[in-house]
Amino acid sequence: MEKVYSRPKLLKRTPFHYCAGCGHSIIHRLVAEVIEEMNLQDRIVGVNSAGCSVFAYNYLDLDMAESAHGRGLAVATGLKRASPETIVFTYQGDGDLAAIGTAETIHAANRGERITAIFVNNAVYGMTGGQMAPTTLLAQQTTTTPLGRDARLEGYPIRVSEMLAMLRGVVYVERTAVDSPANIRRTKRAIRKAFQVQLDDLGFSLVEILSPCPINWKRDPLESWQWIGKEMIKEFPMGVMKDLTGQKDAD
Amino acid sequence: MDGNSVVGEAAIRAGCQCYFGYPITPQNELTEYMATHLSKRKGCTFIQAESEIAAVNMVFGASLAGVRVMTSSSSPGMSLKQEGISYLASCELPSVIVDISRGGPGLGTISAAQSDYFQATKGGGHGDYRTIVLAPSSVQELADMTHRAFDLADTYRIPVIILADGVLGQMMEPVEFKHEPPERLPVRSSALRGAKGRPRRIVKTCTSNPSEMEEINWSLYRRYQLIREEETACETFLVEDAELIVVAFGIAARIARGAVKNARASGLKVGLFRPITLWPFPSNKVEELANRTKYFLDFELNMGQMLEDVQLALNGKGEVFFYGRPGGVIPTPSEVLRVISRHYYQKGLK
Ligand SMILES: Cc1ncc(C[n+]2csc(CCOP(=O)(O)OP(=O)(O)O)c2C)c(N)n1
Ligand code: SF4
Repeated sequence: MEKVYSRPKLLKRTPFHYCAGCGHSIIHRLVAEVIEEMNLQDRIVGVNSAGCSVFAYNYLDLDMAESAHGRGLAVATGLKRASPETIVFTYQGDGDLAAIGTAETIHAANRGERITAIFVNNAVYGMTGGQMAPTTLLAQQTTTTPLGRDARLEGYPIRVSEMLAMLRGVVYVERTAVDSPANIRRTKRAIRKAFQVQLDDLGFSLVEILSPCPINWKRDPLESWQWIGKEMIKEFPMGVMKDLTGQKDAD
Repeated sequence: MDGNSVVGEAAIRAGCQCYFGYPITPQNELTEYMATHLSKRKGCTFIQAESEIAAVNMVFGASLAGVRVMTSSSSPGMSLKQEGISYLASCELPSVIVDISRGGPGLGTISAAQSDYFQATKGGGHGDYRTIVLAPSSVQELADMTHRAFDLADTYRIPVIILADGVLGQMMEPVEFKHEPPERLPVRSSALRGAKGRPRRIVKTCTSNPSEMEEINWSLYRRYQLIREEETACETFLVEDAELIVVAFGIAARIARGAVKNARASGLKVGLFRPITLWPFPSNKVEELANRTKYFLDFELNMGQMLEDVQLALNGKGEVFFYGRPGGVIPTPSEVLRVISRHYYQKGLK
């Protein structure tokens, strides 16, 4: 029988430390598949951040470095400028990329750094136990918004993709989700395209991925998937926010 | 050339390939020099970063890629860089960080002070780490030490701080560069550029394993001990028969040197001891001097930060007086001479 699906070689045979139903494990797999299919493993460096994915290097069999919380895109900038032939990506959560690292994010994007950012938006701080993130939805309960996020007190959820799309250095931004097989496939296409933008030396690219955090959402994995489809995408609509490549996707 | 530009030129000649900085007085000439001269060179990059935090993290990235890289700043900016310096130290990433310091705390004044001694030598960032700290006291030394800083950083895989001050940064003096820029820019063999033909590499600081953490710290500590043994540097001037030795670093040492000469001219047996590496601090030399001389005068443009290291080194073997000005205003050699004479006569040394 023909083998049509197998584990990507770049994904190590190490059991994930992520909670059951966590989106990080799916996204790791997608990143590994894309890098393998694009044959980039010999010339790629990943920069991961503080957050649940800080141990990403335990799973992805690539050159990888850790950065201080929020500084991923500055580290990636230094790396890419010092070695322009290297393909550089960051893997960051919403606390990391959109709170403590806002400045680094906006400016790397605005400079049009040839970097691909994988931005995992799970609407909470996962690693530190479920506090409010800049992307926490209005009325969403977290450990630091026990009564639900109130716009008057905590401001509004930040729409990172829309915000970055306005910057001229940004070539491609898409928001996807990993809440259904179709969206998982869509996410993979987006990741591939984001790397292609870097290979073509066009500018900054980012894929924002809506991803479940069942533990901190206090929902089981299935309910978490449904919550993304029902609630999260109201605040964070999926789709291509910007695409200057001129190449339309299949869907 | 002014001191700041000299650092830039020396860095380029040392093979510095990337510079990332954020403007702050009194070191802007260095940032501007790199913008003009470094970015012209093939394969080299200059970025005016959005902040000191971003700049030092760009340094982190470029060092990961295996090239010689530098950033510079001044006191308030150095505070922002501390997070990154701690990470650089932890990941053993060679890097050169220039602090043309000014008066603080807070936004302070742009004129010279030495009030960042604690911050530079005692950590500044979190964790049990050290950085080599070099303290030049002339423009020529700025050039020489910049080169040396890159070599030390590579040899020991450690961030090296050059701690100068506003006066030195702005000062014009003749300078001789002893090196030509390398034709081919070297790439360290440990670089992270993709795992072609070798197992992948990871550079990390995070561990959930306490004994792994302990081993990392032991290994750093052993390196620091080696640096202590091999790289401690100082300079002495007229100490052989001195009854009183002035201890001073950087620009203060220059003022003190003038005072010591004048003291000698009026028959006082006074010498000068100048630490060149502030970390590692030349404690052994201080102790050795205490076998011959009982009295020391610690002179700094702060209120006694290095004094603690001098006292520790002496360990009660000699008596240390202190004279400090908290920075901003630069005292003259004759002012320092007055202090020297006062202690000299009070101790009945004549
Ligand atoms: C300077 C600093 N502040 C705080 C922390 C603690 N911290 C670690 S991860 C994290 C938030 C992570 O949230 P996110 O980026 O959304 O990633 P997730 O864990 O949800 O995947 C925080 C606050 C830190 N490591 N460093
Ligand atoms: S806390 Fe949330 S983000 Fe972290 S591993 Fe668990 S499910 Fe994933």
